[in-house]
Amino acid sequence: MYGKKVKLRILFLFLVLASIILSVYLILKSLEENVVYFLSPTEIKNLTEINSNKIRIGGMVKNKSVKIKPKKISFIITDFKNEVNVSYSGSVPNLFAEGKGVVAEGYLKDRSYFNAVKILAKHDENYMPPEIKEALGDN
Amino acid sequence: MLANQIGHYSLFLGFFFSIIIIPISIKNYNNKNQIIDNKIFSISFFQFFFVLVSFFGLILSFVNSDFSNETVFNNSHTTKPLFYKISGTWGNHEGSLLLWLLVLTLFIFVFLIKSNKQPKKYRILTLLFQQVIIIGFFLFLLKTSNPFNYLFPIPKEGLGLNPILQDPALAIHPPILYLGYVGSSIIFSSSLAAVVEKHISKIWAKHIKVWILVSWVFLTLGIMLGSIWAYYELGWGGFWFWDPVENVSLMPWFCLTALLHCILVLEKRLLLISWTVILSIATFMLSMSGTFLVRSGILNSVHTFANDPERGIFILIFLFTLIFFSLFIFFVFHKHNSQEIAKTFWLSKETSILFNNWFLMYFLSVVLIGTVYPIFLEVLSGEKISVGSPFYHKLIIPFLIPFLIFMSIGPNLNWIKSEIKKIKIQIILSFIIALIISFLILSKIGLVGLINTILITVAFYLFFMTIKDFFSKKFNNYSQNFSHFGFSLLILSILFNSILSSEKIVNLKVGEEFSFREETITFESIENIKNKNYKSIIGNFKIKDKKNNSIQLKPELRVYNQPLTITSEADIKTTLYYDKFLVMNVVKDYEYFNVRYQVKPFMIWVWISTILLVVGGCLSLFRRSYEK
Repeated sequence: MYGKKVKLRILFLFLVLASIILSVYLILKSLEENVVYFLSPTEIKNLTEINSNKIRIGGMVKNKSVKIKPKKISFIITDFKNEVNVSYSGSVPNLFAEGKGVVAEGYLKDRSYFNAVKILAKHDENYMPPEIKEALGDN
Repeated sequence: MLANQIGHYSLFLGFFFSIIIIPISIKNYNNKNQIIDNKIFSISFFQFFFVLVSFFGLILSFVNSDFSNETVFNNSHTTKPLFYKISGTWGNHEGSLLLWLLVLTLFIFVFLIKSNKQPKKYRILTLLFQQVIIIGFFLFLLKTSNPFNYLFPIPKEGLGLNPILQDPALAIHPPILYLGYVGSSIIFSSSLAAVVEKHISKIWAKHIKVWILVSWVFLTLGIMLGSIWAYYELGWGGFWFWDPVENVSLMPWFCLTALLHCILVLEKRLLLISWTVILSIATFMLSMSGTFLVRSGILNSVHTFANDPERGIFILIFLFTLIFFSLFIFFVFHKHNSQEIAKTFWLSKETSILFNNWFLMYFLSVVLIGTVYPIFLEVLSGEKISVGSPFYHKLIIPFLIPFLIFMSIGPNLNWIKSEIKKIKIQIILSFIIALIISFLILSKIGLVGLINTILITVAFYLFFMTIKDFFSKKFNNYSQNFSHFGFSLLILSILFNSILSSEKIVNLKVGEEFSFREETITFESIENIKNKNYKSIIGNFKIKDKKNNSIQLKPELRVYNQPLTITSEADIKTTLYYDKFLVMNVVKDYEYFNVRYQVKPFMIWVWISTILLVVGGCLSLFRRSYEK
């Protein structure tokens, strides 16, 4: 019915379309599995369930809460309403300090204990991660 | 003062020339004369010349610390070393846009001179399309980000350049990257012009390939410089973080690499015409959206100089206008004429390049979705998310396997049709060698997971296939072979680097020590040194292995006074086999230093192999000029 050329062209288009659909499906699916949500201490308090996904917490490092041991650093992240205890063993950015903004990435143990695997660097004194700016602005 | 004013006025002069070139070109386009009017060359030169003068004016203002200029005031300081005063010129929003404009005007002038074998109408049309972009950037610069704004009263001192940017690699990173970005604008304009003039031919492909190669070489170098900087300056010890600002430079790279391969098919077989045009448009659009995403403040990073919504909106409108305009031209003027009946066997160079393009487009979509999705989600639902490296690794690494296989076999295939029998023996032989080598290596370093194992094998496969081709007599495509060899080396070094890297992070007081694997690291002392614009705290560390060989590493903390910032300078001991990387941070008001020690095998090979990739591109350029 159709010429060979047309058939080939249809086959080619079909393959291209199929591969596009397949790859978009793949991308979206693993996107679902790999996104990291950003929460404030208050949002964590209000969580209905604690799952094992990686999350980010943003807020201020509470004054006089930083304790340093050779292998562990612990501190409290606060948004001036609620607090989360964080324990961390890893490298800290230079501008990590009490009373300054911080973003910690890691896993929740329960609503008030957090195991951080990474503390995000800020690039300079004036720079504040937009998440923190907003989290603080809400209060 | 004077330099600043000269710079400002010559920017307006440049704008004036960029406008008057349009009616003159249109007149020249419509007359019957077959050569381009000399006036057009001179105006194009003047346009470039005045932007250049303006750029030098800005550099001089920076060198003289002329704080009557707002840009200088915001980004410079008298105590800054001369080198960083100069590099500060493009280390900010206004100056970097002026640099964009400079390269834009330079490239169109070079294009006009170099394209003298092409038809007149095509050249003038390319010029006109390029002028649309140039005028857009002139307007953007003059309206929203003028680098020559006056300040009165004149401040005594400037605010300083972000210390993290005061670094040799980062000083040359923007100009190199821009040469790549902006090179794609010529590809964009000329393929649109070729569509309108129906000039897409093998000759055109040969001519535009030079521009593709030039952009590709600079883009690759630019990305590498940024990555080297991130490696030693950010203190994480990694060289690629899948950070949105890195991704936006990688996206045009994927597109440009696809185009680089696709243009070969066009040059030899006059196939994939529409696809080439689409890729040319997409490459430039991705470069532009990169600028938009980075400059608009949507992505927050060192690259965000100022969060001015007006600028973002301007680029967004400009971007959409260009996209609309190019799609319009493409659909209205592009007629598919398949005079040459395209007979292609499934096993041929063309099909392997098609596969290459498919994979590159797939990688591109992964990176694009991973970068853009969080932005959209936040706009639409207010939810804040980030997409980290696991996402990219999971989606990209498995697909590298078939990609590398096609890369090894493809160059050995013939155009149109390959005989299966002829190629069999070599391919199987190389494959067996690759299998044996990877088996030997893996038995030494232990299990690394199924996908990594296969990936190591196929990367070695590509490695041996390219080595074999260097010695094969009938094979003389050294440029391609160099790049593919470099790529196999890149994949291998990244793989072994990520599998074998190890690190330890401890909090240490002066005088304490810790052990890591078979080494003992002692924090011997700290010393304070006062420099011109910063104070440095240098830690002395001694690393002793079990044979009592010891090396000294001296990571540094710099406290810059203007603006007040602390940066960590890692100290890295590089050998051909591994990098030893030591960085320390301070936690304010505590006597502990946060020390991170990493051993990263084959780190230097990541850079060497990227340079090999670039060398391949350069070889291809030189070979072409030699053939002429």
